Amino acid sequence: MIAELGHFALLLAACVALVQAVVPMIGAHRGWSGWMAFASPAATAQFFLTAFSFSALTYAFVVSDFSLKLVVDNSHSLKPMLYKVTGVWGNHEGSMLLWVLILTLYGALAAWFGGNLPPSLKARVLGVQAAVTLAFMAFIIFTSNPFLRLAVPPLDGQDLNPLLQDPGLAFHPPFLYLGYVGLSLTFSFAVAALIEGRVDAAWGGWVRPWTLAAWVFLTIGIALGSWWAYYELGWGGYWFWDPVENASFMPWLLAAALLHSAIVVEKRESLKSWTILLAILAFGFSLIGAFIVRSGVLTSVHAFANDPERGVFILLITGIFMGGALTLFAARAGSMQAKGVFGLLSRESALVANNILLAVSCFVVFVGTVWPLVAEMLFDRKLSVGPPFFDAAFTPFMVLLAIILPIGGLMPWKRAKMGRVMRQLTLPIVATFLVAALIWTFQTDRSILAPIGIALGVWLIAGSLIDLWSRTGRGGVASRARRLWNLPRADWGKTVSHMGLGVTFIGISAMTAWQSEDIRVAQVGETFTVSGYEVTLADVRREPGPNYDSIMADLVVSKNGRQVAILNPEKRNYPVAQMPTTEADIDNGVFRDLYLVIGDPQAGGGWAVRTYIKPFANWVWAGAIIMSLGGFVSLSDRRFRVAPGAARKPGKSGDADPSTVAAE
Amino acid sequence: MINRLLLSARALAVCLMFAPLPSAAVQPDEILADPELETRARDISAGLRCLVCRNENIDESNADLARDLRLLVRERLVEGDSNVEVVDFIVDRYGEYVLLNPTTRGSNMILWLAGPAMFIAGFGIAAVYIRGRRASDKEAAPDLTEDEAAELQKILEK
Repeated sequence: MIAELGHFALLLAACVALVQAVVPMIGAHRGWSGWMAFASPAATAQFFLTAFSFSALTYAFVVSDFSLKLVVDNSHSLKPMLYKVTGVWGNHEGSMLLWVLILTLYGALAAWFGGNLPPSLKARVLGVQAAVTLAFMAFIIFTSNPFLRLAVPPLDGQDLNPLLQDPGLAFHPPFLYLGYVGLSLTFSFAVAALIEGRVDAAWGGWVRPWTLAAWVFLTIGIALGSWWAYYELGWGGYWFWDPVENASFMPWLLAAALLHSAIVVEKRESLKSWTILLAILAFGFSLIGAFIVRSGVLTSVHAFANDPERGVFILLITGIFMGGALTLFAARAGSMQAKGVFGLLSRESALVANNILLAVSCFVVFVGTVWPLVAEMLFDRKLSVGPPFFDAAFTPFMVLLAIILPIGGLMPWKRAKMGRVMRQLTLPIVATFLVAALIWTFQTDRSILAPIGIALGVWLIAGSLIDLWSRTGRGGVASRARRLWNLPRADWGKTVSHMGLGVTFIGISAMTAWQSEDIRVAQVGETFTVSGYEVTLADVRREPGPNYDSIMADLVVSKNGRQVAILNPEKRNYPVAQMPTTEADIDNGVFRDLYLVIGDPQAGGGWAVRTYIKPFANWVWAGAIIMSLGGFVSLSDRRFRVAPGAARKPGKSGDADPSTVAAE
Repeated sequence: MINRLLLSARALAVCLMFAPLPSAAVQPDEILADPELETRARDISAGLRCLVCRNENIDESNADLARDLRLLVRERLVEGDSNVEVVDFIVDRYGEYVLLNPTTRGSNMILWLAGPAMFIAGFGIAAVYIRGRRASDKEAAPDLTEDEAAELQKILEK
């Protein structure tokens, strides 16, 4: 009964979306305020109806209602409660419902917090948002109904894929979707602005917090997924350039570009049509990502035949929205007049360079991802494009981006003087070269990756700090430090995010260049040495779990005779799913992770033991978290909370706020 | 990444059909005594795709076929083949599909040059655009002459 109510609520929500996609648009076109005002309550209703539908499905999972096909396929009565709940989106149908729930959430948020938008723009934004939502609701209703009943319910379910029975599933998909789907709102803003035929500074101000929110969530989602893969897959890989990963990375790169170009629109009224195009494409890549993931076309060409209906449906959604938006763009882009003028050396130019680099790296990822498909269709070549290609083709653009970032960050709007910028950066430049030289001298195998990557990280961090310090103007250190705290949160956010990027650079370079690994057969009681750590296999024993059996090892790790950690890697067997998993155990440290894996019992006695020492591993994800933290700090800036585009009130104290001088 | 996990789960399921006793990647008994040869074997393995799994190299894969390929790579190395010869040996038997690093031959040039080409095009277009912005800069807002600046200063001081 509850499931039928959930299904019905979803159908109702689709009806509301249909009306919301039509009525406010007509209202905005004709100038009928009553029709425009319909959008907000409709968006609210849509959200609550979808939320009810989602709760109904969650309820079915919680009480293990095995008359529902989806619950049977993905749950089991013995499964821990956490995984019963997260199992709701650990499958295709449920995750689509989560996707739609978040679509309606963003629609409702725009309705609730969009009070300062002009009525016609708000009506059109919500209208476009409803159209996108409607398309995905239709997708669920016609191809992926999660509320399908079974005529003969089995006694128990088939259990969730054991790899997904992990806290990672609780957070990774919701954050990722908050990011992906958040870009739908910037898309709606872009299309609405094209219909209105007006893009101005205020528009830049409205679209920026939504882009920032989506980007922050996407950052967290990708980082969580990468961390999850790191500890779950059993050998510490964290990024594979897999098509489904690329599907989340491409929108992230474009959202980062959009974030920066929207600043130029807001502050300088330039790059308008480019920003609109980016907003359209960023969501376009979200849709392409959904297509890649749902159809399986790129992971294996044959998987497409297994599920042609779903793949074609999403391709159709992508085609209609991208085709429509880009046609509209072609028709209207010419009418957008740029106002601000700027010189070759200016912050505007630096942000243009940032946008080119981010867009090109997104393009490289895209070409690499679809190339196997293109090569097979056009050139009859069956080939693979793997990590070696992406490492070689993608990295140079990131290196360039890191080099120009601190320089661009210090440039003033309109016209900059290179000499002045470089003088300010003297300290970071010296630090960068010192670090590079130091690492080059001390490291043994002379890989070029570590000195360059880590030096770039130092350059980013030091450059960002200098940037923030330069915002405090002139005067004594004490008064400048005092002013530091009164700087706008957006300036702090910028610094923190850019420093986070530096931290990630250091993490990736150090881990890639310096990790050491040891694979061996160890007898119980045996001690061996890996890069200065003594590892003892103390015991291997059986441990029963709630819905699995485990073989658990006790490994004692010490350094110079002092015990560092006791680690318990496991091999689990899930009898219902008939699947074994490897659970690594990790001792996390600031400067290194000890990563231990227990393998199979060997014929001649003893166990296969894998030991990995991963320097600076946590910096990869810590950097991502710092980046998103910077995004949150920036989001809390009062300029976003107060009417965006409105003039700043003059500061309370008499002294001029140096940040406004520098930033405006 | 959830999908990555789902895929590897599916891949694992596929691989399990081939490997009744699953085990994780390189086994201790595969490792060559000569550390230099072993390092070369690992390098080569990381660039070869496991044919029965999805998007995993043979160094990371659990499949039996991947193990066979790892052993084959080591066998060739012990026989004295160079890295290129080993890879060619495998490509001859399994096709271009096993290469995770696509060659630069033929139509693959498009793949490799797409990024740099777009980069150059992007900067070209941007340069033209920024020049345009500067041209209008000169028309619209030429720098103030000294007289004008002095006059402005006077107005501001009033």
